[in-house]
Amino acid sequence: MTLSILWFLIIGLLFAIFLFLEGFDFGVGMATRLIAHNLDEREALMSSIGPHWDGNETWLVTAGGAMFASLPLWYASLFSGYYYVLLLVLVGLILRGVSFEFTKHAETKTGKNIWLWAFFIGSVLPPFLLCMMLLSMVQGIPMNANGDAFPKFFDVVNWLSLVGGVAGVLLSLVHGLNFIRLRLDGPLRDRARALNKIVYPILFAGEVVFAVLVFFQTDFFTKRFGSSLLITVLIVAFSLLGYYGVLKNKEGWSFAGSGLSLSMVIVLLFNGLFPRVMIATNPAHSILIKTAANSHYTLTIMTIVACVLVPIILIYFIWSYTLFTKRINSKDNTVKY
Amino acid sequence: MLSVGLSIVSLARFQFAMTTVFHFFFVPFSIGMGCLVAVMETIYAVKKDKVYLDMAKFWGKIFLLSFAVGIVTGIIQEFQFGMNWSEYSRFMGDVFGAPLAIEALLAFFIESVFIGIWMFTWDRFKPGVHAFMIWMTSIGTMLSAIWILAANSFMQHPTGFKINGSTGRIQLTNFGDVITNPQLWRVFPHVILAAILTAGVVIAGMSAWGLLRKKKGENLFFKKSLRFGLWVSMIFAILSAAAGDFQTQQIIKDQPMKFAATEGIYKTTKDPAPWTIVESIDAKGHKASHQVDIPAALSILAYHKASGSVKGMNEINAEMHKTYDKKFGKDMDYYVPPKTMFWSFRVMTGIDALIMLVALFGLIWSRKNKYTIENKKWFLVVLGLCIWVPFIGNSAGWFITEFGRYPWIVYGLFTIAQAVSPTSTVASLLFSNIIYFCLFTLLGGVMVWYCRKTLHHGPYYEEKDSIENVDPFAKEAFEK
Ligand code: HDD
Ligand code: HEM
Ligand code: HEM
Repeated sequence: MTLSILWFLIIGLLFAIFLFLEGFDFGVGMATRLIAHNLDEREALMSSIGPHWDGNETWLVTAGGAMFASLPLWYASLFSGYYYVLLLVLVGLILRGVSFEFTKHAETKTGKNIWLWAFFIGSVLPPFLLCMMLLSMVQGIPMNANGDAFPKFFDVVNWLSLVGGVAGVLLSLVHGLNFIRLRLDGPLRDRARALNKIVYPILFAGEVVFAVLVFFQTDFFTKRFGSSLLITVLIVAFSLLGYYGVLKNKEGWSFAGSGLSLSMVIVLLFNGLFPRVMIATNPAHSILIKTAANSHYTLTIMTIVACVLVPIILIYFIWSYTLFTKRINSKDNTVKY
Repeated sequence: MLSVGLSIVSLARFQFAMTTVFHFFFVPFSIGMGCLVAVMETIYAVKKDKVYLDMAKFWGKIFLLSFAVGIVTGIIQEFQFGMNWSEYSRFMGDVFGAPLAIEALLAFFIESVFIGIWMFTWDRFKPGVHAFMIWMTSIGTMLSAIWILAANSFMQHPTGFKINGSTGRIQLTNFGDVITNPQLWRVFPHVILAAILTAGVVIAGMSAWGLLRKKKGENLFFKKSLRFGLWVSMIFAILSAAAGDFQTQQIIKDQPMKFAATEGIYKTTKDPAPWTIVESIDAKGHKASHQVDIPAALSILAYHKASGSVKGMNEINAEMHKTYDKKFGKDMDYYVPPKTMFWSFRVMTGIDALIMLVALFGLIWSRKNKYTIENKKWFLVVLGLCIWVPFIGNSAGWFITEFGRYPWIVYGLFTIAQAVSPTSTVASLLFSNIIYFCLFTLLGGVMVWYCRKTLHHGPYYEEKDSIENVDPFAKEAFEK
């Protein structure tokens, strides 16, 4: 295995971890409008991810940086090609990022509500748009020999990309609700479970449609039938595990299941992409891992750096989660600054 | 076509300038504030003097506001290279990506994880342990600055690379050279010192407003904070100037055009070179008329001795044509924008002098035995207005650095015009510029508003109930 392929896998891993972690942050954000009935409850939900969301988002920042550091031609094509989509992702992330601090400082009801809406919008837009972007790209888009991508409106917005975006949102939502069941106590915990009982069946329908569209709209199944099928089955299986956890009230299982099915979406996409990183309508213009990659020297340095730093990061990252295991009660919302 | 092509570049440049300048309003503030809050909390942990805990909590709130905006604007920066400067990303990927990824792995994770812990564990850890969390955050912010500045320093002064013959792109040959780039170790101290200076001035300025409000029970808090902020301002204004001078020496060597422009010199000066404080510049005619000169001062500034002439832009321009014409053609314009450079430098150094002066008087008038500052309302107002000054200084400094690199995006290797995304259109750039502008206006406005609100409430807002039982100023209450 060459280093460039290793880095393709690392980028995939970073995105998968990002979706696993930030997925529940997004879901919690969505839940503020779905299961919370008043300001206190919304703030209780928000505070459940207060210590974690920034660290979780850093996995996205790292994935972007890693892409630039290892496969820069991919970074350049993808980011410049999907200009408007990424612009909106940024708007979402910005609104969400400031909403935590700003809600705390707002004193009037209206003030708090404005930032809580920003929190909600910023939690729906990014998962929808990021999944939409990836599922648009894997269908093949117009590109030139320089690697510049020029996707037209219907290359970006079509059945598969829309269903993919919605699936990303629903998966994040159930994941967030499962997180709430783990971290909160009181009525919110019950309501999260009740809502999950409704959302999961919709999600299953969505996943089936998604699988069918992937089958027809991409070359995943013609190129790699076995693995694509296996991963698709795993996505559904992990969702079923999550649903089982909802029905049997096993919160840990639910959370693991929904998180893993989110990560599996990335695995499906990266498995189908390989050995390409961008798929062009004209196959000659598709970008391959080996052409997108940096020099062996740079990749070696990055590999060493990653091998040293990632284990250390994981230690303090996981430790930081173990500090906040006491359930938050939505009734006496006294999480202090 | 040409005019459209030009406006794509200028819109992309405008966007980069707008977004980084906005990011860099908050970055130095966060770097400096994080460090000072860590110092305050450490003093509390050692001396157990409650007022320092109050200070850490109060200024910590301001720090968190700045940090929040700093983070979200940072994400724009990371996406922007791919979105607007894809040719640059292709050309520079081998060198640029590494510091960026290391910044994320080494710095951003530390920052984001430890700040999360720090925010929510005031009641859980002993003061010393809790202070450790903010120290980690502060170290994270400084590490972050090192790596992004390493990337920027390569753009100013490329080292440790070769041009790949078959792809025409930059290829890294020695990573050690990138992190030992002399430019980096001159920029970094100046940026960090100016960051701490920024936070010091803000603390002093906000404390001045706090004293002016004369709310009961807050006097001691703001007095202490004021002294603290003034001392920091004084010390770091001196250090920043020294670091800036250190940096100037490097620029004279590596980027003579930049230096000549900051001094508005077209024709090579006589020896020793006089220093011009004010002049009028005719950028089109490549001429300047000196109006206020100090004899020999420029030689001292540049070479630390009273002799030596300084090369002018006209001569440097001719030299650069000789070096680069083969590769980049005869039509290149190597003059950097002289008025921006000249005045930015004077604004930046002037601000340094202003801060020193104000801090000096502030310290004199707030001495323990001759405490008269509260009777000098006008001075407190001046101090309060000074809050804005270091932000202007920071931006002016970056104007010099970045405009002084013109027409290169990577010095001597790649021009700004080559670097933009071929996919960019005037429409897409205009659209994103407008969106960012509106967002920034909103974020900046709200952030300033909430800082003001926080100051208005004062440090004891949340402790209203406990304040009745415990007198926070009675030291004895905390000594067993
Ligand atoms: C409060 C902010 C502040 C203050 C008071 C000063 N600086 Fe500064 N300066 C910066 C904030 C700054 C900065 C924003 O941090 C810059 C931008 C890039 C950099 O390295 O630091 C900078 C850049 C910068 C540069 C250009 C570096 C380059 O092009 O690479 C020079 C030559 C100086 N400074 C010199 C000085 C001198 C001689 C000062 C005082 C007498 C001074 N600065 C005060
Ligand atoms: C954070 C502080 C920074 C500020 C305030 C700043 C400011 C600016 C300004 C004013 C411009 C426009 C100059 C021009 O049009 O020529 C610019 C351009 C640019 N800067 Fe910076 N810069 C900062 C840091 C950086 C860093 C750290 C990098 C790289 C790592 C960088 C890369 C660029 C690029 C790529 C451009 C666009 C090309 C250009 O127009 O020169 N900047 N920046
Ligand atoms: C001199 C220039 C710069 C310095 C010193 C600097 C430093 C920092 C610091 C200290 C933070 C933490 C947030 C805060 O304290 O407000 C931050 C955030 C960030 N910066 Fe910058 N930055 C600079 C320019 C840039 C540029 C050009 C980029 C783009 C490549 C960038 C990317 C980011 C990102 C992605 C974040 C968010 C990190 C997070 O999620 O925690 N920065 N930067």
